[in-house]
Amino acid sequence: MHGIKVISKKELADHFSSYRFVIIFALIAMISLITAYIVGLNIRQQLEGVAKPRFIFLMLFTAPGAMFSLVQFVAFFGPLVGLILGFDTINRERNEGTLSKLLSQPIYRDVVINAKFLAGVIMISIMLVSIVLVITGLGLLVMGIVPGMEEIWRIIFYLIISIIYISFWLGVAILFSILFRSTATSALASLAVWIFFSFFVSIGANIAANALAGDLPPDSPEAELQQVKIIRAFKLISPMELYTDSTATIIDPLRKSNRSIISVGPLENISMSRFSGPLPLSQSILIVIPHIISLVAITIICFAVSYTVFMRQEIRSL
Amino acid sequence: MESRRVIETNELTKVYNGDVAVDHLSFAVSEGEIFGFLGPNGAGKTTTLLMLLGLTEPTSGSARVLGLDPTRDPIKVKATIGYLQENMGFYADLNAVQMLRFVAELNGLTGSEIDGRIEDALRNVGLAKESKKKIGAYSRGMRQRLGVAELLIKDSKVAFLDEPTLGLDPDATNRIMELIEGLGRDKKMTILLSSHMLHQVQKMCNRVGIMIKGQMVAQGPMDQLAKEKLGIGQEKYSLEEIYMKYFQEA
Repeated sequence: MHGIKVISKKELADHFSSYRFVIIFALIAMISLITAYIVGLNIRQQLEGVAKPRFIFLMLFTAPGAMFSLVQFVAFFGPLVGLILGFDTINRERNEGTLSKLLSQPIYRDVVINAKFLAGVIMISIMLVSIVLVITGLGLLVMGIVPGMEEIWRIIFYLIISIIYISFWLGVAILFSILFRSTATSALASLAVWIFFSFFVSIGANIAANALAGDLPPDSPEAELQQVKIIRAFKLISPMELYTDSTATIIDPLRKSNRSIISVGPLENISMSRFSGPLPLSQSILIVIPHIISLVAITIICFAVSYTVFMRQEIRSL
Repeated sequence: MESRRVIETNELTKVYNGDVAVDHLSFAVSEGEIFGFLGPNGAGKTTTLLMLLGLTEPTSGSARVLGLDPTRDPIKVKATIGYLQENMGFYADLNAVQMLRFVAELNGLTGSEIDGRIEDALRNVGLAKESKKKIGAYSRGMRQRLGVAELLIKDSKVAFLDEPTLGLDPDATNRIMELIEGLGRDKKMTILLSSHMLHQVQKMCNRVGIMIKGQMVAQGPMDQLAKEKLGIGQEKYSLEEIYMKYFQEA
């Protein structure tokens, strides 16, 4: 598509020279580095005189450091990066009158959205890849352990899922920048959605589970199982939940399901304990494929809405 | 001089939330003409231009630019039209060269061709010295001249100029008007010029159209309009008189 390259090149230049990007990048890099350092030191201490377990390198990403693990950190604050990159994409141009200049050039309207999204995704990728590389390097230094081939693949998959996840939030922010005229409103709206999914969905899921518990006797295993099922179903509408579930499975080979409770018979239990080794990467991926598809799907939905709204908007009211 | 019609509208109408902005507008502009598009603020001139560009869909009626329908073929139409909007819409943190390069690339120009054109265009409009300055630091007049440079880069056949003299001092107004006259004379551009500087419009336009409340109340060569409104035999007339006459009647 003609024009995408030109516009995204300009957008990238804008991102790189904007203070807001530099600030958020510095903040995230700093926190990641500190966490990785603390975790690395802890692991090294615990490993002294002990045979090295498998997949110890991935612990760097999953073990909690000062307050949270790196994976949790990206799950929680990653969306902010997407939102900050995108919340004023269209409405800033509208307010400055540059949108009609752009649209009076021989390009299609959707090219503008695509190019800006693409530039954002490139920014996100650069950011995540460089942070993960730095953390890996730091891990090598502090722990003195070299990651195996499979661990490296797992980290790569983790990166890909994270990029999709943050890109989803970028898509949300772009949608709000089309819907709202004022940049302040679109920023607040995207923050509201972020807060809703990070805090309220899990609270809401618990309340809904209690309400829907039905007439099963409380504290019975059936009631408990049903409750867990309902909570899970509710949480799956949250992109944050989709992301944490899938990355946890990818980054931790010992996790065999993304369900918290599995009902198994006694025979299955015996066979399960016989195969308590780590899952091969291909199986881990198989488990998280539905999650990744859901993530991509909600991003596409976001885009579809953006397109239709943007195509119908009158240029006159610029 | 019966030449090809470059711009043509037929009963073009646009309704915004029940308000009629452009009301069954029919007019035509021939090749190489400088057409003065006059009318009070809010008469629907900008809306008409946007419909001709394919940026806004007409509620009814049709428009043709170089034989193309802007609603069906917006890309081809936008490739031939240079549009200078009222507020210019330049990125304030780019310099003139970067801005022009951006526009050139969006228009599919590539490589070494661009550099030469940008240099020529900037020299033409007298901005060569300020080419490395950010556009945010430009005066209104300089921005308008940069807009003309953009038309030169695009090498448009048709130019829509929406109030290019708005808020300019007399000297800047003269400069921009000279540049526009040059576009018509040297580049053979067909120009649709919307302006309130009736004195200048009178000097340089072949024909004018007066638009009031979404309708074209008059269009034609100026002496014809003068004859109609001010009586036969008017040797010395001013466009201002004609304009005010129409305005008061409407």
